[in-house]
Formats: sequence, C-alpha cells, structure tokens
Amino acid sequence: MDADRHDVTLTVNGVAYRRNVESRLLLSDFLRHDLALAGTHVGCEHGVCGACTVLLDGLPVRSCLMLAVQANNHELKTVEGLAGTDGAYHPLQQAMHDHHGLQCGYCTPGILMTMTAFLDEHAAPSEDEVREALSGNLCRCTGYQNIVDAVMAAAMRMRS
Amino acid sequence: MKPAPFKYIAATTLQQALSLKAEHGDEAKFLAGGQSLMPAMNFRLARPAVLIDINGVDELAGVRRDAGGVRIGALRRYHQLQRDADLIGDYPLLGEALPHIAHPQIRNRGTIGGNLCHADPASELPALMVALRARLRTRSTSDERWIDASDFFVGSLTTDLAGDEMLVEIELPSLTPGTGSCFQEVARRRGDFAIVGVAAMITLADDNTCSAIRLTFCGVGETPVDASPQAAALVGHPVTEARIAMVAEEIADMIEPAGSVHATADYQRHVAGVLTERALTTANQRACNGR
Repeated sequence: MDADRHDVTLTVNGVAYRRNVESRLLLSDFLRHDLALAGTHVGCEHGVCGACTVLLDGLPVRSCLMLAVQANNHELKTVEGLAGTDGAYHPLQQAMHDHHGLQCGYCTPGILMTMTAFLDEHAAPSEDEVREALSGNLCRCTGYQNIVDAVMAAAMRMRS
Repeated sequence: MKPAPFKYIAATTLQQALSLKAEHGDEAKFLAGGQSLMPAMNFRLARPAVLIDINGVDELAGVRRDAGGVRIGALRRYHQLQRDADLIGDYPLLGEALPHIAHPQIRNRGTIGGNLCHADPASELPALMVALRARLRTRSTSDERWIDASDFFVGSLTTDLAGDEMLVEIELPSLTPGTGSCFQEVARRRGDFAIVGVAAMITLADDNTCSAIRLTFCGVGETPVDASPQAAALVGHPVTEARIAMVAEEIADMIEPAGSVHATADYQRHVAGVLTERALTTANQRACNGR
C-alpha cells in the first residue's frame, strides 16, 4: 500500500512548522526526527513511562500516544521551550539542578513538562499532591525524593 | 514499535464518521483519545486498515442536562469530567473514581466513550456506569440504539457494539434524594490497574432503612461485576455493621477473580470483602449526612 501522507501545520514552542507526514508517524518521532527537537525522549512507546510528555494546547500528554497528523492546527510545547529566550532556566529546571533531581536525565524532559504544567495550576502543592502528579513519570535513578524536593522548592520560588 | 500502515481520515461530523465506519466495517477503528488504541497499535496488536479520527467531531464532546439526568458526549475527556463541578456535584461517585484512572497525562486525552468501548475489565468507568444505571446511546448511519450499561459489556475487551456502530452518548439518570455513594480501589500505585475497585450507592428512606442499593466491582471478572443482588439483602433494614459484614463475606465468596502477578485470586477476594465493608459504610454515612 502506498504511504498515506498528510500535510500538517502546527506550532511548537511558538515556531510555526509545516510538514508532510506519513499517517502512522508518532508525534514523539515527528518532534525528534522531523523537527530535530530531540529533547523529547522516547522510553516505552506505549504510554507508561512518561518520558515523551509534551504540552498539547497547554496540557501534558504522551506524545507517543498521538499521531503527528493529529497535532495538525494545534500548539505544542516541548522541553526546548521551557528556558527563557535569554537562556535562563525555568524555576523548575533550576530547582532540579540544585536538588540533584536527575542523574541519567532520560526521564527529565517528561518530568519537567508534566510538573511545570502542574505548578501552573497548583501554586502551593502538598508533597502528596506532587507525588501523585509525578505518578505518570517513571524515573529509575533518583528514587523520586530529590525530584519531589525540587518541585516543592520551585513552587516556593515561583510564589515569591 | 510503530503502528503498521493505515489510512487516516479526520472526520469532522458524526455522519461522516458513521458513513466511513459503515463503508470500512471491522477494517476501520474510531480514534478518540487513543490512550488504549495507540499502545495496541504501537505493539501491532491492533492493525486497523483505516483510522477514523473523531477528535474533531464537536457534537460528540458536550454535556447536556435535562430533567431526567445528564447526557455526556462520548468524546468528553476525563480531565473535563473531573473539572465539571456541576457533574461531580450531582454524581460524587465520578469525582471519587476519576483520579484513580491512569495518570494526569492520560486523563488529558482519554475519553469516557473510548474507555467504555475498550471495555477493560480492570477499568473503573464500566463498573461506575453499571452502578449508576447508565444508558448508552449508539448510532450507525441508519439506526440508533439505547443499551443499558449492564448489557453493554459482554466480555473482556468486548462490548455489544456492532461493526457499524459508535457509542455517541452516555446518559446518567438523576440520583434519588437520600443517596450516598463511595468508590474505593486498591492498586499497586495510584493510577495503575485496579486489583479491586468497588462502587457503592445506598439510598436511605426517611426511617434510615436502606431503600435501594447498588454495588459493582472492577478488576475481579471479565466484565464489571454487579453485586447489587447480593447487596440487596440490606434493603428494608437499617444499614448496620453486622449486615454490611454479612454482605462483604458473601461477595468475597461470590466473585471469581483471575489473579495476576500482582495479586492472587485469594488476595483479590479478601480485598473485595474489605473494600465492600469500607465502601458500604462510607456510602451509608454519606447518605445519612446528606439528609
């Protein structure tokens, strides 16, 4: 069967893109291979690990469970869009660095996208709320404690 | 792990989606939230030749209220349901159960209709729909059907839907005043598949005796398990600890869980009994407090 291809127009981190994609191309692979935005990591490819989490119209979603063609006319944000235009880290990125919230770093982009969206809605979260919000992102290095510490610290910093 | 090739069509109207399904039959799958279908396609367990994306069909995404209850469009996403204060106020069982469904990223995409059509026996919503006596409206190009939730789930991952039908709407009847509810679940981790989940609803009469009861389970059978007939032993009586314990014991005996690497069947039975006691006790308290 001939490849089923579609034109897509979308915005990623404020930049508009227009591409022609095969319908079976996953959004995660589209970001990494077609747009060269390799900050979005691919772990399990079946929606369990959370490494590929991106924001779709502001909400965290698994990019491995969406087709690139489905992102047509939508707005995406990936980890590349978190830092300021001057290169300054997002408060959560800085806190992850300060609190050793990452070791190998593979899960980190997904955690950053999940938890920055969480912090936008929860200015003063409890530790339990943070742990629950983190439950969809697997990390095999840290044991999570330092990630939780980082999110709590970032929340405090973002409030002040 | 990438999906096998398929033809992708983004439907913009219900009629268009139904026509495409009628044309392609079992070769075609509707794509709603995709939180179960996409993993299956990534694993190539599912290889639809045609994928009909219904995310752009706005007429499936609304919530309507009328005198009899509420009608939820099949495309309504979990996070939208969670944030619908009116809906959660009217059906607290939903508010209590929704946070148990997967993780935030999944709830941002997954839809109520997709969940019910997937018919995963460990999923919370099918059990909730049976407890709430939901009615499901299906459409095909030529026909419309209303199916009671209790008749919709016919086996593990199997529903009563025909090849040319789509679940378009879920109707929840209004709750009788004096009803209290409770959802309880045990899973390895919040958001994981339920080892046992239970939905309980108790309606109390003016004299505080039980006038109606609903009790359903997820995770312990091929379909949602409706234990309301067993729980009906409470009807006509005050809801006492002793009577609840009796019902819990009977249910632990009655269910036939399959067991898994995470929980033996005996353990599931035990948990089902414990959760039954907790859920009925809390539902009863809430019914008392609400009156």
